[in-house]
Amino acid sequence: MNPALFRLLVEATGYTVALSAVSIVAGLAVGLAVATAMLSRRRALSMPARAFVSFFRGVPLLVQLLLIYNLLPSVGIDLPGIVAAAIGLTLCTAAYQAETLRGGFAGVPRGLVEAADMVGLTPVQLFWRIRVPIAVKLTLPSLVSEAIMILKASSLVSVVGVVELTRMAQDLAASTYRPLPIYATAGALYIAVDWGIAGLGHALERRSRWGRA
Amino acid sequence: MTTAAATVGAALSVRGLVKRFGDHEVLSGIDLDVPAGAVTCLVGPSGSGKSTLLRCMAFLEEASAGTVLVGGEPLGFVDTPEGRRRLPAARIRAVRSGIGMVFQQFNLWPHMTALGNVAAALRVVRRLERAEAEARAMAQLRTVGLEGRAGHYPSQLSGGQQQRVAIARALALEPRLMLFDEPTSSLDPELTGEVLNVMRRLAADGMTMVVVSHEIGFAASVGQQVAFLDGGRILLRGTPQEVFRKPRHPRLDQFLDTYLDRGAAMLV
Repeated sequence: MNPALFRLLVEATGYTVALSAVSIVAGLAVGLAVATAMLSRRRALSMPARAFVSFFRGVPLLVQLLLIYNLLPSVGIDLPGIVAAAIGLTLCTAAYQAETLRGGFAGVPRGLVEAADMVGLTPVQLFWRIRVPIAVKLTLPSLVSEAIMILKASSLVSVVGVVELTRMAQDLAASTYRPLPIYATAGALYIAVDWGIAGLGHALERRSRWGRA
Repeated sequence: MTTAAATVGAALSVRGLVKRFGDHEVLSGIDLDVPAGAVTCLVGPSGSGKSTLLRCMAFLEEASAGTVLVGGEPLGFVDTPEGRRRLPAARIRAVRSGIGMVFQQFNLWPHMTALGNVAAALRVVRRLERAEAEARAMAQLRTVGLEGRAGHYPSQLSGGQQQRVAIARALALEPRLMLFDEPTSSLDPELTGEVLNVMRRLAADGMTMVVVSHEIGFAASVGQQVAFLDGGRILLRGTPQEVFRKPRHPRLDQFLDTYLDRGAAMLV
């Protein structure tokens, strides 16, 4: 393949990776908040959190992206496509991560919480130092899968004008009339990034040796 | 001794404690004083309410009625002329800071090393510098004979070692009172000895202890006060000699028959 074409695809991969990384990290933060709200005994917290999850898991990401991109300007908020894309991906992955983390929080043994209570940790300290590390550890494989899902789903953001890897491949295929090598290269680049994410996940699992007996 | 007023000098007093789970009454009006510097053992058959009583003493269970006083301070609830009022969370933490708790399942935090488990509250709650917290944690691990395992995670330790780390974790906060909830019940028989030895040493050092245990031998040899619970009430209470002396209460006899293999033979 023409090195210039290849370089364009690699640059577009940079957009894909950056957009996915921002969305996954921001989505983890939002997901933690939503999962906590879902587990709250206060219905004023748990009901909106449930509604959030069922909306962002139930509506196709493509529709969500078009909604965000078109809705916000209509209420006077003008967003560049890349920001709309990041918000859309973040909220979508947050919903999935929240559901996963909710299961993780439910899996934290009650006795570990009681032990933390007995040494005087406040609820906030208990959340960050006991509940979150254990819930994330328990759900790490699912969270890694979700990160890979979001990487692939980021191909949809071309509808709001962001030229990421898939969109770049489409453009180049159209202008060179040689779709096959270009899409094959794009696919290979996705797989390369997938491996990177999976490797990162394995490294994290290895670092937390404590799960193994 | 079961007077309405709390006894002066008791490390912990329970008055009129009732605990219901739904329609089922687990504790039916418990009065008990835990004298300072002594070991109180709660024994009784499964379902007698002894673990629930201990958990109420730590406010891990909320009593349905009655009071728990720790060093004279109410824990959890206070009775006022308008009725029972729940104390604020910060007040509960403050009163509870005098209590160390050891659980049947150890409940070490799996993502922290042995040292991390012992140092955690020193850093987070007492706000000590890392070096100071770890030095104190290491000293506690040494008292339970586990300084060589400081860097191990709970999953890399035997049950007996985990329970000794859990004891060190509770001791690190210098409690005035230690509560043990069946500390050896989930250990293999050959590992119970190392935990009981640590507890014996603690008792010899004058620690105030309340121990729920099936180890009748431990209760008889280390306990200064034994309470035998049955059906949510304290059926017998006194020194081990008074409680275990023949002729024994028929319920106690029946109970002991099932535990003769656990070191109780020496008493018979």
